[in-house]
Amino acid sequence: MVQPPALREGKQAMVDREDVKCEQVWREISNYLEGDVDAGLRSAMDEHFKTCQKCKSVLQGTRNVIELYSDERMIEVPVGFGRRLERRLVQGTRVRGTGWSTWSAWLVPVAALVLIAGGVRIASSSTIPHPLQSEHAQPGHHIPPDMLVIVTAGAKDFHAPGCDVIHNKDTERTLTAKEAIQQGYVPCVRCMRKYLETAEVGRTSLEIEADTSLDAEDDGARARR
Amino acid sequence: MAEPNLVLNNPGSDTAREQDVIARVQRGQTDLFYELVRPYERRVYAAALAILRNESDAEDAAQEAMLKALANIRQFRAEARFSTWLIQITVNEALMRRRRERTVVMEGIDDRRDEEGEYTPRDFADWREIPSETLERKEVRQKLADALATLDRKYREVFVLRDMEQLNIQETAEALGISVASVKTRLLRARLMLRDLLAGGWERGWFSRLPFEKGSKPW
Repeated sequence: MVQPPALREGKQAMVDREDVKCEQVWREISNYLEGDVDAGLRSAMDEHFKTCQKCKSVLQGTRNVIELYSDERMIEVPVGFGRRLERRLVQGTRVRGTGWSTWSAWLVPVAALVLIAGGVRIASSSTIPHPLQSEHAQPGHHIPPDMLVIVTAGAKDFHAPGCDVIHNKDTERTLTAKEAIQQGYVPCVRCMRKYLETAEVGRTSLEIEADTSLDAEDDGARARR
Repeated sequence: MAEPNLVLNNPGSDTAREQDVIARVQRGQTDLFYELVRPYERRVYAAALAILRNESDAEDAAQEAMLKALANIRQFRAEARFSTWLIQITVNEALMRRRRERTVVMEGIDDRRDEEGEYTPRDFADWREIPSETLERKEVRQKLADALATLDRKYREVFVLRDMEQLNIQETAEALGISVASVKTRLLRARLMLRDLLAGGWERGWFSRLPFEKGSKPW
């Protein structure tokens, strides 16, 4: 007589529960945690864990390992890594750009002239804004409008992805800097420092040079490591 | 080493917006590329480090891989995850560098030996869930990193790509050029070995200041 499928499966599950051994549990525990075992074996293993303290220890220990190592805090990068990567990409982009047609080559000196002229005008202007007393709640300068930034509920700042002072991370939203500014957010004083007025206004060329030399110091620190 | 400061999986990322930026970079706005890769730069570095085991080499490989990603951005297809695509390029770059250094021959002998037989857990002490807050302590993170560093290359690579980089089993197999079955076998061993290694650390007092109940272990 042919048994109904449900009865057949039930019987099989009973057999599995009786048959599963510790060695098989250890062999399958990784697949179990991946959700990659069939229903019968999963059921048998679940029953086994209820009565076998050893395998329960293996299960929980393995689960702890996975959860701890998957935490983002487990990935650390050398100081200045992001800045050096950005710089290399910019350099790479320039190298790739050397293949442009010759008509565009004159754009670079023209752009430089425009920048110089603009700089002279700003430098000679009597409407230079007074340096703000606080870095907070400043609009920022020359923030790339298409740059992707992070905002969170209950905060007024927008951040670069990866900023370490982002709060309420479970409410993160990604949008462009332009949209963030339109919505009333202001640049984070930590990760957006280079765009803030007080970070630039009033600085001498020596200070700017010193800041630039930080890159070289980073490289030196890496070399020492 | 820097203090960690990035959400690994970039939970706030907006896939549609990312796709839009990708499309713009593909059309030539290459200045947007760094903004595109920045959420994943730590994962890219970690992937390279898992293979090369040297910070300086890993950083150089990660940079080179990102340049290659930029050069080949038009080949990226929207149906794939951008982060996975970046990590696969990085793994390729790191593997190529390691082959160039001819270190793989010696490790290959270990590979064959280590896949024989089954791994038997050694420690069966009572367990307790470990709170993630303990990772705030640098010494704990260092102990975890040290344990990972003791694994043989093939176990470490699979573990990092699957459990730290969050690639799935299939993606891990493709990135490393091995079979899905090998990924599963190595992953099992890596996880069990780490569990035992860290249980041993408990005995030596690594986690002695952790707030666990007396007589129980986190592993």
